Amino acid sequence: MPRKFLSGNEAFAEGIRLARPQVISAYPITPQTIVVERLSEMVEDGSLQSEFIHVESEHSALSCAMGASAVGARAFTATSSQGLLYMAECLTYASGGRFPIVMMNANRSTALPWNIYGDQRDSLSQLDCGWIQSYAENAQEALDLALMSYRIAENREVSTPYMANLDGFVLTHTYEVVDVPTAGQADAFLPAYRTDNRLDLAHPRNLGFSAGPAYNTAFKYKEHTGLLNAGKVIAETEEAFAAVFGRRYTGLTESYRTGDADFILITLGSISGLVRETVDRLRGKGEKAGLLRLRYLRPFPNAEIAEAVQHAKAVAVLEKDISFGNEGTVYTNVNSALHKAGLPLPSSNYIGGLGGRNITAGEIESIFEDMKQGKTGVRFLGIGGENE
Amino acid sequence: MSLNAATLDRDEPFYGHKACAGCGGSLAVRIALKVLGERAVAVLPAGCMSAVGFNFPQLCFGCNAIISTFAGTASMLTGIAAGLRAQGITDFQAVGFAGDGGTADIGIQALSGAIDRNDDILYICYDNEAYMNTGIQKSSLTPFGARTTTTPAGKNVRGNLRPKKNMFEIVAAHGIPYAATASIGYLPDFMRKVEHASKIRGTKYIHVIAPCPTGWGIPTDETVSIAKEVVDCGLWVLAEYENGNFTLSYRPKEFSDVRSYLKKQSRFSHLRDGDVETIIRSRDAKWEAIRKNFTNRQEVLS
Amino acid sequence: MKPYLRAHVPTALSEIPDATAYEAGYLVTKNAGWRSVRPVIDTARCVGCLQCYLYCPDGVIFPKDGKVAVDYDFCKGCGICSKICRPGAIGMEAEK
Repeated sequence: MPRKFLSGNEAFAEGIRLARPQVISAYPITPQTIVVERLSEMVEDGSLQSEFIHVESEHSALSCAMGASAVGARAFTATSSQGLLYMAECLTYASGGRFPIVMMNANRSTALPWNIYGDQRDSLSQLDCGWIQSYAENAQEALDLALMSYRIAENREVSTPYMANLDGFVLTHTYEVVDVPTAGQADAFLPAYRTDNRLDLAHPRNLGFSAGPAYNTAFKYKEHTGLLNAGKVIAETEEAFAAVFGRRYTGLTESYRTGDADFILITLGSISGLVRETVDRLRGKGEKAGLLRLRYLRPFPNAEIAEAVQHAKAVAVLEKDISFGNEGTVYTNVNSALHKAGLPLPSSNYIGGLGGRNITAGEIESIFEDMKQGKTGVRFLGIGGENE
Repeated sequence: MSLNAATLDRDEPFYGHKACAGCGGSLAVRIALKVLGERAVAVLPAGCMSAVGFNFPQLCFGCNAIISTFAGTASMLTGIAAGLRAQGITDFQAVGFAGDGGTADIGIQALSGAIDRNDDILYICYDNEAYMNTGIQKSSLTPFGARTTTTPAGKNVRGNLRPKKNMFEIVAAHGIPYAATASIGYLPDFMRKVEHASKIRGTKYIHVIAPCPTGWGIPTDETVSIAKEVVDCGLWVLAEYENGNFTLSYRPKEFSDVRSYLKKQSRFSHLRDGDVETIIRSRDAKWEAIRKNFTNRQEVLS
Repeated sequence: MKPYLRAHVPTALSEIPDATAYEAGYLVTKNAGWRSVRPVIDTARCVGCLQCYLYCPDGVIFPKDGKVAVDYDFCKGCGICSKICRPGAIGMEAEK
């Protein structure tokens, strides 16, 4: 397996090249641009056989991808921030239509104020739109998720679009050494897309229709069931992935030193690396710290969270997001999991990294210290902002 | 052999729909699909034709058809054409049917993008001159003077104050391979244009005027006759644009009475003499430009 | 393909498709109830010019034996056919 020095965007583009989407429609937005630039180069140099469509907006990017998916083609697009919000109408359309499109989203702050740097308010604001949502930690995982995403999304029991989130700049623009699988390996892992959910010249179909009050709930139930099924299919896909590529992933979550941990920090995305280092440092001081990384936010890992934190004394959630007027969206979801599992743990919420603000190792350490002291509530890291 | 009632494909690919009685839009869709045949893959955005044709489990298109987002007719057509092409399928006709609002307002950006890329699609705008599906609100293709539910005719303002957007020439200005205007009052002309468009590779645009009895305030049996009259009185022009040239499809020997056309429709019932004169002046200015810029095509309409 | 009436109306959860995708041209209801007047063809006067067939928004008039006939299951009674008929072969009669 060749090793290359790649940014997160480039690694993801390599994964998409190996997945061979038949149609790519994209509109540029910082910090997503490099992924579509690389893909256009791959189409130009012939290393990727794909229809590259230069659409005139993000709305059209996803609408075009839906058209391609609606005739049974594998489709890819990528966006970020305002672009994701601009295409929001198409998000529910794609999931309701059960079109297994893969979209990379470079997590970025949403206006106002204008800000091009990374936080997760863009994708987390769209958590309810019916897409699978993954959050990569590093470039290798980004590449691997690009490849796995189609196998998961296109599974007949799932048939749900997939949003692969990469933290803007921190992950999309930083370089790592990445194993790039060969085309032969990728083809052995990822079968061609086959579906009945398509316009078919031999057997004409009507797609994307209306369903009134008598039928609507049934369609929505099936959509929900498809997204829930993704949990099982993700596990199966990671098993198959490990068999071909030798790298093993851990499903909807990744637990790090949680088994005997008293205090567990739950987070997602690229900040997990720094949390892991902090956990090691605290462990070195005899503190029983642990990390639970949420790899997927939809389907939501209710059981995995409960399992990981069942023996802990407290948990905190660190996220680059705020649901204004309430708390961090991830925190709300985590508390729901704890409640359903009958785990009355003290929990707290740390809002960090908004608009690309750096989260320091010291701040992460202070979160563990707060847990030890029994603090709860919502805190904005780095500015002294606090809401009980 | 030219297309006419006798030679047209007898199959009925748009059937059992719930459009209002006498709907001009449904006639445009029905006839275009009969011309295009079973290889048509139709995209219809939110609007009258999707609302009346696709209510599960009553599905009224015999050919492949899909509802797109309101703004996404052209972009979904692009994806369909690209997706089929990528699978090695080339013998299809990707055709969109969007209303005036779906075309000239919310869908114009995606349409412009598709023409810019010269995607191999046929875009048909069925123009009933307002947002009829939502209850007759003004669009940018609502003509001057028309009363809609958002341009009421009251003491201070008499209906819509703005002229109809010139979509045909806006589209032509992109340098599109083929664009045409038509009327459901003159179906052989419309059929010829659809058939011609289907043989051209690249983006094609046909703008067909399709009266709405409900929104125009006419009896249901007058849809076709009023669609002829709007051409005969010179307020709607049948033309084509190809290879950079504008061609007039039909020049009335003399215009029929504009007042008579307007008087038949309750949406114009409030207009005063001065308003009618404004409409006639604008028609005459339009035809003056046509005389300068369009060539004639000898066409007998029936 | 002309859409046509089906005997079965899918209603159970298991019959509803997983995606918004279904067989084209699947009809489960008629439009006859919309009609207050119906077109009646006088075949003696009909010259078979097919203008009524061409201009019918619902496509419910079809050529038959050199003349035309109406599919009353789906005719809405708009009257366009009667108006366009030059020989006056189509009358509109009140539905009882």
